[in-house]
Parts: sequence; C-alpha cells; structure tokens
Amino acid sequence: MAKNGSRRVSTEINASSMADIAFLLLIFFLVTTTIDVDKGILVKLPPWSEEEPETQKLNSRNVFSVLVNAQNQLLVRGELTNIADLRERAKEFIVNPTRREDLSEKPTKAIISLKNDRGTNYKTYLEVYNELYGAYNELWDEESMRTYNVHYSEELPLHMRKAIKSKIPMVLSEAEPTAFGEEK
Amino acid sequence: MSKFKKKRGETTPTVSTASLPDIIFMLLFFFMVVTVLRESELMVKVQVPQATELTKLEQKSLVNYIYIGRPVEKYQKLYGTSPRIQLADKFATIQDIPLFLEKHKITVPEPLHGRIMSSLRVDGDVTMGIVQDVKTQLRKSNQLKVNYSARIRTDDLK
Repeated sequence: MAKNGSRRVSTEINASSMADIAFLLLIFFLVTTTIDVDKGILVKLPPWSEEEPETQKLNSRNVFSVLVNAQNQLLVRGELTNIADLRERAKEFIVNPTRREDLSEKPTKAIISLKNDRGTNYKTYLEVYNELYGAYNELWDEESMRTYNVHYSEELPLHMRKAIKSKIPMVLSEAEPTAFGEEK
Repeated sequence: MSKFKKKRGETTPTVSTASLPDIIFMLLFFFMVVTVLRESELMVKVQVPQATELTKLEQKSLVNYIYIGRPVEKYQKLYGTSPRIQLADKFATIQDIPLFLEKHKITVPEPLHGRIMSSLRVDGDVTMGIVQDVKTQLRKSNQLKVNYSARIRTDDLK
C-alpha cells in the first residue's frame, strides 16, 4: 500500500525554470564579455647595463639606418621614404639579390638600426617597427618555402626555425632616441 | 466538417520546450569559454595602433598590463591631458613600475618567472618619450619580454 502511494506521487523535479536560470547566466556573460583577444608585436628588449656600450666599427654598407623624426617623417639611409616602401627596401637590403655594392654583404651581416625622436608618434613608431619585422617575417617564409617547402610559422619545429633564423638573423638595434620634438 | 473539428479538439499541439535549457546552456558555455573579464577600468584613452605581424598572447596569468594614454574626460580636470601611465586601476609614474612588476611576479609560480610578459597597451597618439621611459624602466627591472599591443590591419598602408 505504502509503495503504491509513493509511486503515484511522481518525484520529477520541475525543470521549467532551468531555462530562466540559464538565460540569466547567459546574459551576465554576454554583458561582461570582451571577445577581442590580446594580440601584439612581440619584442625582446636588450638587457640594461650601466656601462657605455662599446662602439663597433661597422662597414656602412651593412647598416640600414632608419630615422624617424618628431614630424613622423622617415629617413632611410639618408633619403626621405614612405612607410609603405620600407618593407621592400629592407628586404632588398638584407638579401641583396643583385649583389649591389651598397647593400649588405650577406643576410647574417645585415644590421637594421632604428632611431626615433621622443616626439615621434607611437603609431608611426609601431608602423615602422611592424614593417621591419614584417620584412624579416617574409624573408623567413621565403627561406622556409625554399628549404622545407612549408610556410614559416611559430608551429614549425624548433630546429627548423633555428636553422632559418641562423641564415637570416634578425638584428634590429634601437638607439637611444633624440629629444628635439619632446612634448611638454 | 464535424470530423475535422473533433480531431483538433482532441490533440493539443504544444511545442516541447524540454530542449530549450540545453540550447541555452550550450550558448552559455560558449560565452563562458570565450569571455575575458574586464580586469580594470580604463582611466586613460587607449586606442592601440594597427599592425600586421601579430602574435597572440597566451596564458593571461603570465601577462601584466601597462596602459599609456591621455586621461579620459572624467579625469582631465584633475590630471590634465598629457599622456599618463595606468597600472592596475590607478594612475602611476615611472617609479611605480618596479613595485607593480614585483607584485605581479609573486602571483606567478617560481619556474614560470622567465616567461612573464609585459603587455604595453599604448594609445596611437602618444609620443614616444613616455613610452621610451617605460621601456628603459622595464629594462632596468629586467623585464625584457614585451608585447606592443595592436589590432590587426587588413588594408594596405597608404
């Protein structure tokens, strides 16, 4: 008898409010969500040292100097240049496909020197940095396609990346900026 | 005629809503996974520049954020319009950076200390002077891994 009675009263939980609870949580997360993932240009700063860095004598053909002034103008190897042309010029300088006398002897000897003013816009600085980094990225990709027939990416095995980077090392030296156009 | 009417009256057409919670839960979990909770209120205007050579930041717990930009309107009376640094949720100066880095460091397990990264979220209109000072301070504090935060650019440079 008792068994019969308990069977008749169904023990099902009313789940109709489940949707409401889920909706509440859903709306909370919708409101607090910022979907944009954090992306950016990765750089490794040189370690700080109190001593004056020793000056190296470099063959001027191996140095690709980029100066950015407080008016956000670019001086590449002594001539006014557009940011849009920077990547191609840097690539040509590093690989020197036509063996020109005034471009780098070989990629391992190429040095890019970047100097800006304290009044330079950060946007311009980052664009310039991006183009120079992009030049190397494209060269690594070409090298990777040539030797391994795969595109260059961070997913590539470490020894392959190392081999590529030892052929075309990225040497980007940033000089202490000038302070002509400092914002007061 | 009467036949049809009778049949309709017998069966009440109700849409089953039993699977509704499941659908909602699915959406909920999706948003929970992709959510990044906003960790601090921005007191400076930060509109990061665009770039193409981007790397994704992984492991949020290893990253500390340094914001540089001009104060938003609310704070302009008090702090003026020249670029400022924001650490965590307050305005800071260059001298506050080492302590800020140290405070973040103790929240990270010892073996991972070498992988800590600083994300510089800098407004595009800021001049390089203040950015340079921050960079120098980071170098002095031996925090060398830096990420210049940027958005992806799809169109060509003019």
